[in-house]
Amino acid sequence: MGDFKLWGLKKSPWVFHVAAASCNNCDIEILDVLTPKWDVERFGIVLVGSPRHADALLITGVLNRKSLPRVLRVYEQTPKPCLVIGVGTCTCHCHMFEKSYNVVGPYDRHIPVDVFIPGCPPKPEAIIMGVVKALKRLG
Amino acid sequence: MNFIRILFNYFIFPGFLFTAIVGMFLTWIDRKVTARVQMRVGPPWYQPYADFMKLLLKETIIPEGASKTLFFMGPIFGLISMSILAVMLFTMNFSPENSFAGDLIVMIYLLALPPIGVIIGGSASKNPLASVGASREMTQYFAYELPFLITIAGIVLKSGGTIKFGEIVYLQRVNGPFLYSISGIIFAIVFLLVIQAKLGFVPFDIPEAEQEIMAGPYIEYSGVALAIYKITKAMMLLLLPVFMISILWGGVGDWWAILKLLLIIVLIILIKNTNPRLRIDQALKFFWIFLGIFAIIGLVLAMKGL
Ligand code: SF4
Repeated sequence: MGDFKLWGLKKSPWVFHVAAASCNNCDIEILDVLTPKWDVERFGIVLVGSPRHADALLITGVLNRKSLPRVLRVYEQTPKPCLVIGVGTCTCHCHMFEKSYNVVGPYDRHIPVDVFIPGCPPKPEAIIMGVVKALKRLG
Repeated sequence: MNFIRILFNYFIFPGFLFTAIVGMFLTWIDRKVTARVQMRVGPPWYQPYADFMKLLLKETIIPEGASKTLFFMGPIFGLISMSILAVMLFTMNFSPENSFAGDLIVMIYLLALPPIGVIIGGSASKNPLASVGASREMTQYFAYELPFLITIAGIVLKSGGTIKFGEIVYLQRVNGPFLYSISGIIFAIVFLLVIQAKLGFVPFDIPEAEQEIMAGPYIEYSGVALAIYKITKAMMLLLLPVFMISILWGGVGDWWAILKLLLIIVLIILIKNTNPRLRIDQALKFFWIFLGIFAIIGLVLAMKGL
């Protein structure tokens, strides 16, 4: 039964899109993934409107003093088990904002991130591959 | 023995389990047809079942300060009423003599329970967006109930004043379906739009507007409670067209009924995919003024015997 439920989780990850402070390019690439050309609903991936329904958080943008509490709040509101997927170079390290006064450092210092998808912005193919890799890690 | 039979009827066939499995298959048809309309490939056939299994695995969160009983009563209400409705609909279609006086009224009540459950659950969530969604659900419920009841009244009139569901089905089996007359077609059009609103499909998905109020009354639900809501919606997707076929199109006794069911569902999906969302006041005006008058015209025609 447990295996069956895990199969369900792997086959239908519902994603919630958290824009922590992105320059908007990563957001646009995430929306690209949902368009007919790439059609992630084939894999059961659906964009949901509330973090309560989500299984995976797609986080974009650099983490700063203003957005850190909000991101933590959204992470706490998501029912576990949930995946956290960092999209864009901004989430891997601080990118060109590294020296900025209000940037509080990379994500994995604050919340557990399952996969990082580098690129500025990453290609839609790379985002799909990142989600697939995160699902593989579930076992 | 009789007791075990009743339990079997309620939980397995044609009650909860059967309706849920077939209903989830119909939601797959919905998603697949939607995908084809948008020139996508769409999800595989097991997608609704995978979604359901996953929701059972997830944590169920109760928001802080919400009333726990009321919060869980919302989804349970809809599920129980839909299971009872399934048993009544199918048994009375296959053996109309089982019908009791006034069961049509019971069915109208059972169809009213899921929206009431949504309203209770949404108001108990202690989330402002959920309250907005619940209030919209209430307004919309009052909006579509008027043409719905006029349609039911017209059908009662056409069947010679009986409120026995089994008798309505039986009369159509003898005299031919009610649909094949002018007033029947009018009632069918009204009923189709009411089904659309009862299911919360696109022109009337005002209460759960994903883009503006983030799923409305469902916003705080997660895990098992959300799974129950999804399964209730899936059961309604099967039961409402079956209800329409039984009272307007000759019952579900034969194999043609499957084709009729698929035709109605594809029509609903196409309406869903070709319309933008209405505002709540537009929906109210549409149902009360436009569809109400339309349904009354049907009622007058039915009185004249057309
Ligand atoms: S990674 Fe690049 S595209 Fe993405 S938010 Fe950062 S700067 Fe913008």
